[in-house]
Amino acid sequence: MSYQIPSFRHPDLPVNDLGYTRADYEGSISTLCAGCGHDSISGSIVKAVHELSIAPHHIAKLSGIGCSSKAPTYFLGKSHGFNSVHGRMPSVVTGAAMANRDLLYLGVSGDGDTASIGMGQFAHAVRRNLNMVYIVMNNGCYGLTKGQDSATADEGSASKKGDPNPFSAIDLPGMALQLGATFVARSFSGDKEQLVPLIKAAISHHGFALIDVISPCVTFNNNPASTKSYEFVREHSEATGTVDFVPMKEEITTRYHAGSPHEVTMHDGSVIHLNKVDENLDPFDRGSAMMTLQRHRDAGQILTGLIYMDRDSRDLHDVLETSQRPLNTLGESDLCPGNKVLQTINASLR
Amino acid sequence: MLKPTDTANPEYFHKVVDCQYACPAHTPVPEYIRLIAAERYTDAYMVNWESNVFPGVLGRTCDRPCEPACRRGRIDEEPVAICRLKRVAADNKSSIADRLPPIPEKKNGKRIACIGAGPASLTVARDLMPLGYDIDIYDNQIAGGGMMRSQIPSFRLPLEVLDEEVNYILDMGVTTFFDVEVESLKAMLEKDYDAIFVGTGAPRGKLLKLPGLDEAGDAVHIGIDWLSNVAFDHTDKIGKRVLVLGGGNTAMDCCRTSKRLGGEDVRVVVRSPFADMKASPWEKEDAMHEGIPIYDNHVPKEFVIEDGKMTGMLFEKVEAQYDDNGKRSLVPTGEDPVFMEADDVLMAIGQENAFPWIERDVGVEFGEWDMPVVDRVTFQSTNEKVFFGGDAAFGPENVITAVAQGHQAAVSIDLLLRGESVTDRPSPLTNLLSQKMGVHEWSYDNAVESDERYVVPLAPLDKALSDRKLEVELGFDQSTGYKEAERCLNCDVQTVFEETRCIECDACVDICPTDCITFTANGEEAGLRSRLTGPANNLAQDLYVSEDLPTGRVMVKDEDVCLHCGLCAERCPTTAWDMQKFLYNVSKAGHAA
Ligand SMILES: Cc1cc2nc3c(=O)[nH]c(=O)nc-3n(C[C@H](O)[C@H](O)[C@H](O)COP(=O)(O)OP(=O)(O)OC[C@H]3O[C@@H](n4cnc5c(N)ncnc54)[C@H](O)[C@@H]3O)c2cc1C
Ligand SMILES: Cc1ncc(C[n+]2csc(CCOP(=O)(O)OP(=O)(O)O)c2C)c(N)n1
Ligand code: SF4
Ligand code: SF4
Ligand code: SF4
Ligand SMILES: [Mg+2]
Repeated sequence: MSYQIPSFRHPDLPVNDLGYTRADYEGSISTLCAGCGHDSISGSIVKAVHELSIAPHHIAKLSGIGCSSKAPTYFLGKSHGFNSVHGRMPSVVTGAAMANRDLLYLGVSGDGDTASIGMGQFAHAVRRNLNMVYIVMNNGCYGLTKGQDSATADEGSASKKGDPNPFSAIDLPGMALQLGATFVARSFSGDKEQLVPLIKAAISHHGFALIDVISPCVTFNNNPASTKSYEFVREHSEATGTVDFVPMKEEITTRYHAGSPHEVTMHDGSVIHLNKVDENLDPFDRGSAMMTLQRHRDAGQILTGLIYMDRDSRDLHDVLETSQRPLNTLGESDLCPGNKVLQTINASLR
Repeated sequence: MLKPTDTANPEYFHKVVDCQYACPAHTPVPEYIRLIAAERYTDAYMVNWESNVFPGVLGRTCDRPCEPACRRGRIDEEPVAICRLKRVAADNKSSIADRLPPIPEKKNGKRIACIGAGPASLTVARDLMPLGYDIDIYDNQIAGGGMMRSQIPSFRLPLEVLDEEVNYILDMGVTTFFDVEVESLKAMLEKDYDAIFVGTGAPRGKLLKLPGLDEAGDAVHIGIDWLSNVAFDHTDKIGKRVLVLGGGNTAMDCCRTSKRLGGEDVRVVVRSPFADMKASPWEKEDAMHEGIPIYDNHVPKEFVIEDGKMTGMLFEKVEAQYDDNGKRSLVPTGEDPVFMEADDVLMAIGQENAFPWIERDVGVEFGEWDMPVVDRVTFQSTNEKVFFGGDAAFGPENVITAVAQGHQAAVSIDLLLRGESVTDRPSPLTNLLSQKMGVHEWSYDNAVESDERYVVPLAPLDKALSDRKLEVELGFDQSTGYKEAERCLNCDVQTVFEETRCIECDACVDICPTDCITFTANGEEAGLRSRLTGPANNLAQDLYVSEDLPTGRVMVKDEDVCLHCGLCAERCPTTAWDMQKFLYNVSKAGHAA
């Protein structure tokens, strides 16, 4: 059993704008089961963040409890991290994001962590449009506690040791749309070509960005009767289309012609191009997104790709008109502006 | 579209073992390195002895083509010290007497002559004596070993080490005719040998005929003749100021030997730029470490004679210019000629073959450059009974090449004398064995150590320079040998992919530290290479391509920088990857085809 990854990397690894290779974004060797989808998602996160040239110390990764919530140990080893209590990651992010708006908040959760114990927290993070990326590593079970059905397990689906699930499943993208989410996507751990640009787009999005990533649990829920197995997901997924992410610096030279209806300039100046496959979906219309999602569900298909995006999203900071600067940069003169300012405030309240 | 890789073809996995593939004798390097790490020195020695016959000699002197090929050099600063590890096996082994092949008392009735007793001939004898042949070896020197004895100086190769390994072979019952010059191949053929092996090397040193040569007289020496006079104690001193002309390994041995025989101001003067010199980098380092300067870009022009005595040499300074095709020319810089004082000049500017003793009417055809026409696979000449090998076959090379060719010539001779076709070569002996011991356990040490290459300790310089027989290199001790052995990546433990088991979960792609693995659509090689996870620009290294997988993609593994760490196999949930040890042994004489 190897407890360490060899220190050698490919000698010709590309470097990003900061001079870092992908190795600078890795974490420690995974202790998850061999073949766990979560590890592939970690790989996609590393690839996306490296390619976006984000400095590791500008990222905070936060999670709850579960195999999925352990995953942040296995990527971005040089970033800030907070492994919180089961289902409580959203409130920790809320506090952190309020205190320091300059960091990129990457929340990682599981379907149990989100759709069961953390449901209340999840709902309010969505509703408040917290500026964060929220990745659910969704395996339809509680992997860490040996594979009990979770609330996202489809009705009739059975895990390796279990009976068919009698309850209807919570569909997290559907729910997020309902709750007012401003960026909703779904993907599959086994499809990096789709997942990596989605993660980049989610990072560029200003506001709450949910990516529900189906991520097979090889040990407890990758059997033929499960609808979250590698094979089932491959056979039943339908993509809304593909997403091309073009970072801001490359935009000037890009071959896409400006103003095409499926092109969005993000808050940070980068652009995403949607090459739609599903003509009935308008990803900028919440109603259309909800309808399309439901239609696929009814047909027994798993809709993946970018499902909805609000181009005019206003995040929690915008709404609350919070300090433009992180709290830790505010000095005494900012916090105690003196008697004169106090008099003005008092006067305004008389 | 690339075809799925045929791993049943032994050459595929053989090529993955970079060192073994590059070794002319294809010594199973990682196998003996693991044995060293396990402190099984005698076993490690025998793996070598079977393959390269002179582990103690080669562990000190081999040209080591394996090291530039070593995979470790592609991912780390320096390759594994393969050659010096071989010496660790030789230095620490116990007696091998009971492991030598038995020699049949009853001979098979066939008689073979080997002319020359260098490594090529000795290898032929080593392979054929155990099969019951009668072998006569002829050499004009007083003992066996060829240039290993006459040329390679004792401070690099102690006599005891050479004697031991030469004697393992001679003691098999070879009949030796030492101090005998063979003057006629016709006469040898008339002795009714069933086969004759010519392993006479490339014994003639070149001489530069420059103005003043005649007057300079015995102040000018031919390097290889001089070295052999030193080796056989006919020469034991040299002047204080010595110029060595040439930039190959003979020049390096001449200058270092001069330093030990009284030379004080010893210089190497070479026409070419330093970087283009033929000597290996380590040979140049060793010479410079002993205080010998190397003057490059100096073309010798004439011997300067005063009062009938040589006082030195004149050189013209040049610089290298390269044309569009990279062809080099040395162009004079126009500076004044450089004069260097000298009491003695050693010419080390190359060796040639010479076959004055082979009559041109005995069926052995000669071709270009007056070299015999020899088949590159069978080593047979145009006279079916006469074989060539070593430096005699295709010009000066090195010991390991002589050994490799000796093995092949022995195969041919055995086939011929058994009445079979010499072109029907036996296939290599191979074996592929899973190293799996448990879910995540391997029977090889799959952890990859990050240690830098260890440096071989040297004897103190003043001591080394005062005794020409004192070995300069001290070799690794056991614990350093262990650490250096652990640097080996076990490239013979192959990553074997079984497509029917793969569920395309990507776990292997994600874990692989060096980005070797990709699942993608098949295509032409160039396009495919551009789509792989890691840069795949080393075209000399193969792509391992699977059959189509359920998603229609294929698994492609770039062999280039695989660490053989086994993590792909550890992370694979379905054991689609397995780590399997691939043994490859070149067939020797007597292994039936
Ligand atoms: C100075 C020097 C240093 C070298 N250092 C190294 C080194 O460090 N590592 C390395 O790998 N290689 C080295 N080499 C090269 C290596 O020694 C040869 O490539 C190798 O020995 C060739 O082996 P062989 O069996 O073909 O012939 P040789 O070793 O040359 O043996 C041929 C023998 O045949 C004898 N002979 C020739 N003609 C006749 C005849 N007519 N009758 C009887 N006997 C005859 C010769 O005297 C000699 O003993 C060096 C060579 C030189 C010159
Ligand atoms: C407060 C609390 N309740 C219950 C648990 C037990 N528990 C640990 S992980 C887990 C479920 C994790 O499921 P999920 O979030 O889907 O993660 P996975 O392991 O499947 O990736 C539960 C219920 C706990 N750790 N804390
Ligand atoms: S138990 Fe399931 S979810 Fe947890 S690491 Fe193993 S495969 Fe992944
Ligand atoms: S053994 Fe497997 S994981 Fe290790 S470097 Fe080679 S391909 Fe990658
Ligand atoms: S880890 Fe195994 S099953 Fe998964 S993609 Fe690799 S070879 Fe296939
Ligand atoms: Mg789960």
